[in-house]
Amino acid sequence: MVKFNRFILNNGLRVIVHEDSTTPMAVVNILYDVGSRDENPEQTGFAHLFEHLMFGGSVNIPNYDGPLQQVGGENNAFTSNDITNYYITLPSANLETAFWLESDRMLNLAFNEKSLEVQRNVVVEEFKQRYLNQPYGDVWLRLRPLVYKKHPYLWDTIGKNIEHIENAKIEDVKAFFKKHYNPQNAIMVVGGDVKFEQVKELAEKWFGPIPPGEKYYRDLPQEPEQHEVRRETVTAKVPLNDVYIALQMPGRREKEFYAVELMADILSRGNSSRMYRNLVKEKQLFSEVHAYVLGSLDKGMFVLEGKPIAGISVEDAEAALWNEVEQLKNHEVPADELTKVQHKTESTMIFSEMSLLDKGMNLAYYELIGDAELLNHETEKFLAVTPAQIKEEANKLFRKDNSSTLIYLAEQ
Amino acid sequence: MINRKTAPDFRPIENIHLIRPEHKKLTNGCDVFCFNSGDQGLVRIEWIFHNLRFDPAKPLLNMAVNTMLTDGTHTLSASEIADKIDFYGAFLSVDYGFEQSLVTLYSLTKHLDKTLPVVKDILTDSIFPQKELETFIRNQQQKLQVSLQKNDVVARRTFNKALYGNTIYGLTPDADDYKTLQREDMLVHFKHMYQPSNCTLIIAGKVEQDTLDLLTGTFDNAWASTTIAADITQPNIAHSPEHFYFVEKPEVLQSAIRMGLPFINREHPDFPAVQVLNTVLGGYFGSRLMNNIREDKGYTYGIGSGISSFKQGGALFIVTEVGADFCKAAIIEIEKEVELLKTAIIPDEELSLVRNYMLGSLLGSLENVFSHADKFKNLYFSEMGYDYYDRYTEVVKTVTAGELLILANQYLDFAQFYKVIVGKY
Repeated sequence: MVKFNRFILNNGLRVIVHEDSTTPMAVVNILYDVGSRDENPEQTGFAHLFEHLMFGGSVNIPNYDGPLQQVGGENNAFTSNDITNYYITLPSANLETAFWLESDRMLNLAFNEKSLEVQRNVVVEEFKQRYLNQPYGDVWLRLRPLVYKKHPYLWDTIGKNIEHIENAKIEDVKAFFKKHYNPQNAIMVVGGDVKFEQVKELAEKWFGPIPPGEKYYRDLPQEPEQHEVRRETVTAKVPLNDVYIALQMPGRREKEFYAVELMADILSRGNSSRMYRNLVKEKQLFSEVHAYVLGSLDKGMFVLEGKPIAGISVEDAEAALWNEVEQLKNHEVPADELTKVQHKTESTMIFSEMSLLDKGMNLAYYELIGDAELLNHETEKFLAVTPAQIKEEANKLFRKDNSSTLIYLAEQ
Repeated sequence: MINRKTAPDFRPIENIHLIRPEHKKLTNGCDVFCFNSGDQGLVRIEWIFHNLRFDPAKPLLNMAVNTMLTDGTHTLSASEIADKIDFYGAFLSVDYGFEQSLVTLYSLTKHLDKTLPVVKDILTDSIFPQKELETFIRNQQQKLQVSLQKNDVVARRTFNKALYGNTIYGLTPDADDYKTLQREDMLVHFKHMYQPSNCTLIIAGKVEQDTLDLLTGTFDNAWASTTIAADITQPNIAHSPEHFYFVEKPEVLQSAIRMGLPFINREHPDFPAVQVLNTVLGGYFGSRLMNNIREDKGYTYGIGSGISSFKQGGALFIVTEVGADFCKAAIIEIEKEVELLKTAIIPDEELSLVRNYMLGSLLGSLENVFSHADKFKNLYFSEMGYDYYDRYTEVVKTVTAGELLILANQYLDFAQFYKVIVGKY
């Protein structure tokens, strides 16, 4: 149970306060309601590049990191397809420094050419390090355009290609800021050794004067239902063959989401999971197997992945993965097995309350998807899932004509 | 109008409070340390064992025995172990380190009576079934093939081998090493290593008396040490005479660089001060290496430095992956930054920032009761007391730029650096 209070500033900024006196630290988490799905198809990778530029100095403060480190604080940020999230942890005695820094960069950035040039290079190196210079590193660059034909999830947060990043111009950066970075499109969580009244006062002082800006109304092309088998085979410089099967699944806010996520747990969470036990240990077809969901806000992706052991053909490997999901379609999950993954989810939620930063991020995210209070009701939704629902969702999801298969063949 | 140009006043960090454990020694020789704090009804329990002496002919024994502890006992199969733990929403993991191997259980307190007996069974009765061993070997060999295609992994292996030689620290297994694993050896190793006289047990979380009673009841009388004490000495580290390693991969987009040298460890009086030096160089996001090589030149996504501390000494290392065309330029810049620490006094403003950053970071690392237990582990296994952190905070607050200049000259000889490059150079 994560307790909190909230208020909204006149400019539309939503603020959530979570008091936790067991720590000497404070966390300030600001979520901007913009992700790579909001990008122009000709300028992909922009939300993430922009996240880098948010550290390049703001209108009144030339250097973002230095003053924060000076008061014993640390910060970082991440961009996903849906959101861009910035966070600071610092000794609570110096909380005001975080308000000063974050409000100035919400007010306006410095937009400096040198910073843009350097961050373009840094992101290009990130592209190489994480996507191109790793075995299987380009998997999302290949799989997303198979699963999505219309929706902007068809590109990864890093962007479709390096050229999009290299071509970013300062005018584009300014326009992006104006469109997305304003109080109406942000949610701030302040947590830890703080008091509600103190946060309210600081928020009024530092964020209150920021103009509300224009509200961004999202109108994205939605992905139509898939009714065809899609596949791609690529021969690459990888050491082992690898099989990915992706299926379209309900978005994060749909009621069906909970049953689908538990299906992934039944298949591959931990050493007692079905795929690990049947395919790695008993039949010895794979050296590793995974099933997981990408919890996107719009239509998501359910992924099955496995690296077959030497001598097992990719056809047999694929058939074995399908065989596991066929079991879910044809037979109800035994009650004990469902209880097991529900218990695991429940304790994961309790353990995540040990981390102040996790609590801060979670409150912001649940506020975005409807109401921060949903965080405290998440567990019950997982506990309410029944074997019949799992079977029903399995039958909707695991259809050959809802699948996109990507095969890596190791270059001999 | 508020003044947005000037930073708000701030307070330096004065006191850092560390929770100290209660200690109890069980009759079977096992040391128990208990950290009781927190509201959530959950605990983390760690069983920590010193590794046995490294045998170059059977280099993987410590790792394999630890990793396969969850693979079966006389009464429970691997899948039964996993089922029992998972059913109660608990998490059981095994972790192999250079010096110690761990078994860790995260469990809701209310389910400990169900989860503890499984751990007891694992620690007293593991059998390493032959079929599980074969699966383990094959899967490890496959995973190794993937790792060996990652330049940063190859750089780390090459570096460790050069610095630590044929010891547990320099171990860089190849596919054939896995073939030396024999079930009989593992059973003997298990018996010698996983006994109470070689175990430190640390429990952290909401630990009430009945929880502690349950724990000691399970792990005291019914768990006996053997008559042969565990041999936990280790062969001496011998550094390689060759200091330069270039693993050429002509088609890469980025080259991995790892460089550094043998260094003092935590026990050395200069350790806190050289931590300050390391932080300035590459120990945080605003460090000189990051500022120069990422933020100014854009050669890399990230670069950092660190110090590892072992019983037999330590190592200072610098790690990065840079655009293949920038490899030479990056190394020149790294050398410049190291030399600068030796020739120019660190400006007051920078030093003040680093002091505050380090203290804030220490404070922030004490997020919950588990982190307090982690701080204790650092001390305990270096055979040091809590006065270390008092001294550490004192040095971070007071060490002068002049002293740091002397230390840089004493400890940072770039010509003596081991340098590993994987990719293009």
